[in-house]
Amino acid sequence: MHIATSPAFKENAHAALANAGLQKALARSGPSFIARRAAAVANLPEFEKLRDTARDIKNHALANLDFYLEAYEAKVLESGGKVHWCNDAEEAREAVLAICEAAGARTVTKGKSMIGEEIAINDHLEKHGITPVETDLGEYIIQLRHELPSHIIAPAFHLNMEDWEDAFRKAHSDLPAHRQFNERRDVLIEARAKLRSKFLAADVGITGANFLIAETGSSVIVTNEGNGDLTQTLPRVHIVLASIEKCVPTLEDCTSLLRVLARSATGQDFSVYTTFSTGARRPGDLDGPEEYHVVLIDNGRSGMLGTDFQEMLRCIRCAACMNHCPVYGAVGGHAYGWVYPGPMGAVLTPSLIGVDKAGHLPNASTFCGKCESVCPVRIPLPKLMRHWREREFERHLTPASVRANLGLWGFFVRRPALYRLATRAAAVGLGLFGRKKGRFTRMPMASGWTAGRDLPAPEGDTFFARYAKAQRAGQV
Amino acid sequence: MSKQEILTAIRRGLKRGPLPSDQATMLRGHLAQHPRHLIPARSRLPHSEQVDLFVRNVEKEFGSVTRVADMDAVPGAVADYLAAQNLPGSLIMAPHPDLRAIPWSARPLLDIREGRAEASDAVSVQHGFAGIAETGTLMLPSAPERPVTLNLLADTEIAVLRASAIVGAYEEAWDKLRAEIGGMPRNVMLITGPSRSADIEQTLELGAHGPRRLHIVLVEDAATA
Repeated sequence: MHIATSPAFKENAHAALANAGLQKALARSGPSFIARRAAAVANLPEFEKLRDTARDIKNHALANLDFYLEAYEAKVLESGGKVHWCNDAEEAREAVLAICEAAGARTVTKGKSMIGEEIAINDHLEKHGITPVETDLGEYIIQLRHELPSHIIAPAFHLNMEDWEDAFRKAHSDLPAHRQFNERRDVLIEARAKLRSKFLAADVGITGANFLIAETGSSVIVTNEGNGDLTQTLPRVHIVLASIEKCVPTLEDCTSLLRVLARSATGQDFSVYTTFSTGARRPGDLDGPEEYHVVLIDNGRSGMLGTDFQEMLRCIRCAACMNHCPVYGAVGGHAYGWVYPGPMGAVLTPSLIGVDKAGHLPNASTFCGKCESVCPVRIPLPKLMRHWREREFERHLTPASVRANLGLWGFFVRRPALYRLATRAAAVGLGLFGRKKGRFTRMPMASGWTAGRDLPAPEGDTFFARYAKAQRAGQV
Repeated sequence: MSKQEILTAIRRGLKRGPLPSDQATMLRGHLAQHPRHLIPARSRLPHSEQVDLFVRNVEKEFGSVTRVADMDAVPGAVADYLAAQNLPGSLIMAPHPDLRAIPWSARPLLDIREGRAEASDAVSVQHGFAGIAETGTLMLPSAPERPVTLNLLADTEIAVLRASAIVGAYEEAWDKLRAEIGGMPRNVMLITGPSRSADIEQTLELGAHGPRRLHIVLVEDAATA
């Protein structure tokens, strides 16, 4: 497992705000994702209805997940493949290693896979003398820099051109030292040349799966680069890593989900390569892997069924929620401290590594609701974050000062007359004190808040008093 | 065994045992009938307009299209495209009967080899199974006569596609595949434009790991509606 730094979210966020390179990357890339999605959505009048369809398809699949997984496995076996069921990350790592060792693998190419990050498969293979090579361009530089991806579809979201040049000069020391990196294209061409030989030499290719299809026993990958296809086509063995909730019933179900996936993710109408793989090489085929393995991983998903968090299992990993999140936009993905950042990570991470470690994440939300409003499968992310806050409170994981203040607030709010009196006194008092400047730059017990901004002084009565007044005047 | 543990855990979460047989039968029916969901109206057009929509969408996604009157015109279109792009005339071609029947000898400068692609191949010629107008997407199911490597290893992929093979929506292409091929092929690629990446500063660059160019020679064999 990657060591989660989620417990240190506050410190991580602080460091992120002070990281000039990260802030440059966030300022550049954040707005473009939002604009591209908006354009794609505007170009498809049925988009909102398609989101309902997508939600319903996933709900149906999850409600019958046991049935569809067994139907899926039967089809994989029929097409000459094998399914390895794994309860947790450790079983999955062992299953992958055993397949690689049986194949006598020395190098393994990899397509981008978030479940691969979740089970930290690369470290495990390396420990056993097998070299994994990430082939998605973003994942490739992440691997060179020994980092986690900072975004689920754009792993190198946090990096700038100078980081690429720096990493490539260090890693490709066999190339002429005086070569120029004048434009992005130069980086791409060098990566293409470097990775081409890796694709051809690999013994095993590992990909993730955006979907598994019960009707046909297919695994589906969605990419723009074509690296996933080279990974799963050229080596003798193809291993698919997939978590259990990826399974959908039919090609038609999958197609409807694909219609909302790329539009929500990159704002493309459709990704460049959407590929359905079904079993091993067939008689007469001139290419394709001789072995096809699916490592099917639970790792905490089944435990989410039947709970408040079942809806999170609809997630199709498009990243629209983080692309539109003001918190992600301010601190980037690494601050979240584990594999999944942004709102989807704030809900999923506590489920997978525990709310005791990841309790800060569901608190890192302004509850603006933007994430839910763009989610292609309509996951109520703010509501689920609130559920985590409640659980955190119930389990006494909330800091004592917060609990004490909430208790104090609770005392007043249960006594409306007292609450109104107290807030009125506070509003009038603060108004008087702050009359001169109209704002407070410092406030006892709220220094965390006023450190970054001023507190405006109240300019009159409380909301309740104004509302009552307006009601009496017949204005509301 | 992990399989049983996972299935049991799923059922525990769903607060039920294995599905009752009537419900299982219903779900098997869903798999067999694979009903369609909402299909966007944009591709519901007369066939000739679907062909135009397909071409527009391919071009929007940085692919290119040459429209020719019949199969006999394909060698000329391929040779002209290669010359215009300053590319060599050596081709690796899918061993598909439709492509083999083309009178390639009309352009003797084209040097054609049949089979799967190798890393050294610069230009591939693939057989297009279907075109999907909705997004300008090619459907390329694998088969001995349609190797997958042709879609991946060459710098330039040229697909020969009959206009009659163009459909409106993805669902129609799946039905065409079910009707003409039967079971699910080992690999089905849906390709929309040439390879690209936006991983460097989230800015689009063409030609990541797959072909830098995707060219479609569209053979106008369909009766115009």
